[in-house]
Amino acid sequence: MELIFYITAAITLISTIMVITRHNPVHALLYLVISLLSLSVIFFLLGAPFAALLEIIIYAGAIMVLFIFVIMLLNLGKETAIQEKEWLKPKVWIGPAVLSVILFAELFYLIGIPHQTSPVLQTVDSKVVAISLFRPYLIGVELAAMLLMAGVVGAAHIGQHKKLVFHRFLKEEEKT
Amino acid sequence: MMNTTLQYILMIVMVLFVLTTIAAWLIWLERRMLAVWQNRSGPNRAGPFGLFIVVADTIKLFFKEDWIPPFADKTIFVIAPAIVAATVLMSFVVIPFAPGILIADLDIGLLFFLAMSSLGVYSIVLGGWASNNKYSLLGALRGASQMISYEVFMGLSLMGVVMLSGSFRLSDIVLAQKDCWFIVTQPVAFVVFLIAGIAETHRLPFDIPEAESELVAGFHSEYSGMKFGMFFIGEYLGVTLISAMLVTLFFGGWLGPAFLPPLVWFILKTFVFILFFILLRASLPRPRYDQLMSYGWKILLPVALLNLLITGGIVLMMTK
Amino acid sequence: MISLLRTIRLTFLHMFRKRETIPYPEEKVSLHPRWRGRIVLTRDPDMGERCVGCYLCAAACPVDCISLQATEDENGRRYPEFFRINFSRCIFCGYCEEACPTYAIQLIPDFEMGEYNRQDLVYEKEDLLINSQGKYPGYNYYKVAGIDAGIKGKGEGDNEEPPIDIHSLLP
Repeated sequence: MELIFYITAAITLISTIMVITRHNPVHALLYLVISLLSLSVIFFLLGAPFAALLEIIIYAGAIMVLFIFVIMLLNLGKETAIQEKEWLKPKVWIGPAVLSVILFAELFYLIGIPHQTSPVLQTVDSKVVAISLFRPYLIGVELAAMLLMAGVVGAAHIGQHKKLVFHRFLKEEEKT
Repeated sequence: MMNTTLQYILMIVMVLFVLTTIAAWLIWLERRMLAVWQNRSGPNRAGPFGLFIVVADTIKLFFKEDWIPPFADKTIFVIAPAIVAATVLMSFVVIPFAPGILIADLDIGLLFFLAMSSLGVYSIVLGGWASNNKYSLLGALRGASQMISYEVFMGLSLMGVVMLSGSFRLSDIVLAQKDCWFIVTQPVAFVVFLIAGIAETHRLPFDIPEAESELVAGFHSEYSGMKFGMFFIGEYLGVTLISAMLVTLFFGGWLGPAFLPPLVWFILKTFVFILFFILLRASLPRPRYDQLMSYGWKILLPVALLNLLITGGIVLMMTK
Repeated sequence: MISLLRTIRLTFLHMFRKRETIPYPEEKVSLHPRWRGRIVLTRDPDMGERCVGCYLCAAACPVDCISLQATEDENGRRYPEFFRINFSRCIFCGYCEEACPTYAIQLIPDFEMGEYNRQDLVYEKEDLLINSQGKYPGYNYYKVAGIDAGIKGKGEGDNEEPPIDIHSLLP
């Protein structure tokens, strides 16, 4: 189990680094998909199969496809790759890198502190998720639902357009 | 311990072997049945009833030139056909063929099936994009939007079944149908799942990503040889998968009168649905792309949601 | 929706209809007598060649697949020295048959001429000539023609008057 975790974690890290360093946007997105898949494997190992599969269904299966969709539509060619190459200069990434190294050091320090309670691995199945969603976090669910509803209505409104051009034989009389 | 591991591997190999063989013979079956429904006789030369046409087809596919266009994105072009076969085969992991004959009885089996079918989109999108060809790209765009949207209705229609059986585990769902198949209690969900399943496997009435009268061959225009064969096998495996899921979820899986063994019941029911898929191909014309999308979002989604609401209400009343 | 189900039902019922396909080598299609297939050269009732080598068929042929060379025997009867039809080019239009003044070239209802070697599709006179009168039995060109070519004397043909003695003054 431990070994699988370390392998998956390594895959996650490597693929995430690849996401940042790829010049071709589609390749970068594919590495992001791999990173999400390996994250879901980690969720599985931590005893949360429901979250793992939702990660695949929603993030890898739907959202990333939409990203690729958009990038395909933009039809980014070689110029973008060159542009990306120019952007990836040390001047650009040195600042964020230093900041994240500080965060990383803090994380190490926190891990290093000996824990009193040993973490017991308990499976978080769909029932537990459902109960926690609809008991303590009910208001959060309701708010999210309202937000999503607003989003759907907004999308429907933006997507709706009146048919302006009829066929010339089917043109209806202007009602005044 | 050793023995069970060996059994496990044997099971996987067996299922894999049977499935790929079935997918191959389905090519023959489809051509033959299409001919039957069009007053033709179909392939009948090679071997008895033309059965060996599959062998000839396979040999032909293997010996064709495996052409990668110079303008294609090579790695992605090669990976894409593997994804479709891999994801569909992965979905078969959770399907209970008969008591004892299944690979992994995951307690979130249904979600696993949905996840794998949602990953199947990548083969179309990447195959179409990597071909670097406008028809392929159009096919990929259509395929992506079609599959993402129909996944929604597919998942929603299944939730009624999950409510009635109270579990995501597929063997539990089958056992919950001991008294009454879910086709009786969930007819609306069945229809929605059937339509979404056809769209998900991009089978013929909804083969918009590869509409050959508009898009050459859609997302696999540039593929040849065994890479095309993978797409082909993936499609037939998808048909088998959706048929098997329909049987598992709505037609009582392996359950049936006792004069036949459970596995035979399962295979018989699946076979009927495969034939139904071929019949659909023989009879229905392809809808336009926007018709398909508006049909999905304006009819199937509200119907699935209403079904979910009513089922939830009834389940609540029954438990009270 | 109902119409879709109706379509599916109708298609399903087609399962029990008669097959339209004719499994060819086992079951042959019945060809009409006027079917235009392989080209043959026929003979007249005396088993002499009908062809007089007039080149009209070669001129009428839209794909130029006929080639021949006319010659004469000692009686003055014309016949083709060679007669060659390239069936890999022939389109079986039947123009040659219509152009032929002596009913020599005819198209018969036979189309099974597959070959593995393209050169085998070039038919020589020996391949084309058949021991039959074809569609017009009893017709003999030289019987109605005005010339003497060893078949009949001058003026002995059907519907033919004896030749006028140009040295006589009588009407």
